Amino acid sequence: MFNRISRFSSTSYLLLALLFIYLPVVVLVLFSFQDGLLPVFPFNGPSLQWYEKMLENERLVESLYNSVLVAVLSSLLTTIIGFLAAYGLARHSHRFASGIQFLLMAPLMVSYLIIGIGLLITLNIFGIPKSLVAVGLGHMVINLPLCFAIVYSQFGDHLKNIDCAARDLGASDLSTLTLVIAPIMKPALLASFCLSATLSWDEFIIAFLLSRFDVTLPVIIFEMLRAGLTPEVNAAGTMVFAISMALVAVSAVVMFFNTRNTG
Amino acid sequence: MSDPILELDNITKKFGRFTAVDKVSLNMDPGEFLVLLGPSGSGKTTILSMIGGFTVPTTGVIRIHGKDMTTVPPAGRPTVTVFQDYALFPHMRVIENVAFGLKMRKFGKRERHKKARESLELVGLGDFSDRSIDQLSGGQRQRVALARAIAVEPVVLLLDEPLGALDLKIRQQMQQELVRLQKRLGATFVHVTHDQEEAMSIADNIALVNGGKIEDYGPPERVYLRPATLFTAKFMGENNTFEGFVTAMDDSSISVDSEIGECTLLRCDSMHSSTGIGEKVHLSLRPEQIGLGDGNQGNLINLGQARVEEVIFQGTHRLCRVVCQDEKEVRMLLRLRPDEKVKVSDTIQIHAKRDDAVLLVR
Amino acid sequence: MSAKRDWTRWAVHPAVGFTLVFFFLPLMIMVTVSFWQRIYGKLEATWSIANYAKFFGADYLRDSLLNSLEVTLITTFLSVLLAYPLAWILAYRVPPKWQKVLLILAVLPFWTAYVVRSYSWLLVISENGIINATLMAIGIIQEPLELAYGRSATILGFVHFFTMLLTLTIYANLVQIKPSYQKAASDLGANRFQVFFHVTLPLSIPGVAVGAFITFVIAIGDFITPQILGGSTEVLVPQAIMLQVSRAANFPMAAVMSLTLTVVVVIVYLMVQKHLKMDRI
Repeated sequence: MFNRISRFSSTSYLLLALLFIYLPVVVLVLFSFQDGLLPVFPFNGPSLQWYEKMLENERLVESLYNSVLVAVLSSLLTTIIGFLAAYGLARHSHRFASGIQFLLMAPLMVSYLIIGIGLLITLNIFGIPKSLVAVGLGHMVINLPLCFAIVYSQFGDHLKNIDCAARDLGASDLSTLTLVIAPIMKPALLASFCLSATLSWDEFIIAFLLSRFDVTLPVIIFEMLRAGLTPEVNAAGTMVFAISMALVAVSAVVMFFNTRNTG
Repeated sequence: MSDPILELDNITKKFGRFTAVDKVSLNMDPGEFLVLLGPSGSGKTTILSMIGGFTVPTTGVIRIHGKDMTTVPPAGRPTVTVFQDYALFPHMRVIENVAFGLKMRKFGKRERHKKARESLELVGLGDFSDRSIDQLSGGQRQRVALARAIAVEPVVLLLDEPLGALDLKIRQQMQQELVRLQKRLGATFVHVTHDQEEAMSIADNIALVNGGKIEDYGPPERVYLRPATLFTAKFMGENNTFEGFVTAMDDSSISVDSEIGECTLLRCDSMHSSTGIGEKVHLSLRPEQIGLGDGNQGNLINLGQARVEEVIFQGTHRLCRVVCQDEKEVRMLLRLRPDEKVKVSDTIQIHAKRDDAVLLVR
Repeated sequence: MSAKRDWTRWAVHPAVGFTLVFFFLPLMIMVTVSFWQRIYGKLEATWSIANYAKFFGADYLRDSLLNSLEVTLITTFLSVLLAYPLAWILAYRVPPKWQKVLLILAVLPFWTAYVVRSYSWLLVISENGIINATLMAIGIIQEPLELAYGRSATILGFVHFFTMLLTLTIYANLVQIKPSYQKAASDLGANRFQVFFHVTLPLSIPGVAVGAFITFVIAIGDFITPQILGGSTEVLVPQAIMLQVSRAANFPMAAVMSLTLTVVVVIVYLMVQKHLKMDRI
């Protein structure tokens, strides 16, 4: 009897929680196919008209391109310097190792908003105009600690020995890095690239503060929201959501199925 | 005698204030199998790491083939290390692992794969070339690591507790294979372990390391049967040691009054020369060196009556803890033959051969 | 022949240099600017604490800090309350082969579409959103309920977001607890509630602490959720900061508020530091 009640309440809680988590998402996706002017009941669709309208919106398409550019480039650079830092720190017993680690992780403690404001004030003081480059640099600041941490967590003593073994067998610095360490680290590098691309793709506040004419997709969506609720926003939102999902799915698959082999 | 292939000349390694290795000197002949044996933290791995070039000594010189190698990085030395966790490259197949060192030495693909196959055959894994590393058992990984190391034909092969992670049975099998391989290649091996049985079964020479120093050095038999120091006597398997002091000595013999009574030993080891009358010493007797019956002949030591406190049957022998029935109540460990059926509370008469007893000054 | 200069020794430098230039330098500049004044549209290095005095002196500004703290603490508390049972059910009531799938399902929207997620709640709770539409269709209410644009809407958006995060950290902690502890406790006579309160709950505190801390840090600095869902009924610190930046271009004041938020986070970090020892989440 007790078990049945417990199972029933567990299942109900689980379903209610999933309902709570997915309710807004489902509504968003559903009303992006709305055949009408408002993204609210009653649902008249399905129709693809808002997707068509979205693709005709030049500013939106341009911002989509900007978002992809910023996400890919900033994530690539972040992954590279994060990997190098993790490798350098794992390989040499630095006198300041814990200090360097703290320094690299410090941006995690500070809100995106404040990182953005700091960069904004700095640009302003030095008279540097806002730009997509600034947005990319801001995204690198927030993603570097994560990339570093993901890669660094994979550098155990085991990998240190592998590094020693490669050199012992005659490999140079460069061949050790390219033939041995980087291939072993491939899952972690991919995961860190995907994670930072996801976060950059989604990031609003830094992009909002540091961009001027060329803006990213979340900023455009925010601007569209000010004009009121329309199914076009739903369509744009659904697209952002779908691409994020794909990136997350790739990194989840990479993480789950590959990291265990290095141990 | 040929020139030493490896010379450690007075090497010291300090980590901050801690001295891990303290003025160690050691010479190795070509084709020798040396085991660095010692408890964990004794400095044996640091010595190996300095030979391999992963650690630079604070002072002292390391020579290989007479050439100063003290600060040469690992890649520039004719040494290769087999790591405790094997350090196989998980993203490469077996053959690529074994051929890696040759690739770095710019061997063409055909030649390096041929040589790699030969190495794999030497370790009995000829058919495993195309396996991936995670398809191998612990023992197989061990062999691949070995094959990878011997493929580049090192002058000295360094093994850092390579058998530590294996099951007892595979470990014993691998010990024998290591020896066979080493003799077949005629190579020089330095092997680190904390297991004294492993050391005895594979070594030509054992260097017993303790507190960063070489405590004892010599062939296994010598180190086991005639330990140079109290630490060696206790570390190399179970032992009975008895405190005492020197009462008399002349050119051929030395008399000691100890917990097991007065006895006179022949002087044989040179180190006893520094001993003086009244000096505190220890006598050592292995458990199997104590037998039943009284010992009143000239070359035996009578250990008197003892009461049996505990008997553990171990198949090949019976391990007994006994306590002597005199005022000192000295305890001893005996290893009796299985057919010597003693029981707890029995009173037994025990003795030892005088020549078995070892006088330990340190 | 000595060991040749090894460039991997310098591998850590690009990251350190980048962090110093693009993270620490701006923070330092922000600290500096917080002591300046904006006079006739221009920044002047006046070196006074006037901005700080104004922030903590003016009611509406100080209130934004109190509002932020209240909203963030309520958010953290409610999120833990919702997430813990969910994580517990996933860890102990769901068959192992389904756990990973359900966990991913339960936290997937966390990673996605930051602006869009807040906005999509509007579709649910706004005046003609589906909740009001449903209730009116059934006839329970005649007039739409005022659900959106207020503190409770902000908290709803936050709780939705952070329940997912906390489920992840608490679940990761729960599955690390060895079942033998719970078995030993029940073997020694504890009933299932005693096992939970004396073994499971104490051992899962690190997961709660890590998740709650991240929740706190992100929530207190978030602009979008209160801006989209909360409307203008009350102002939280991030909104106040954005007002200073966008309307007044008053960087010194924005700097003061930003630094205050950072200090609050650091204080909270120091308070919970000893619980934040979870290796892998």
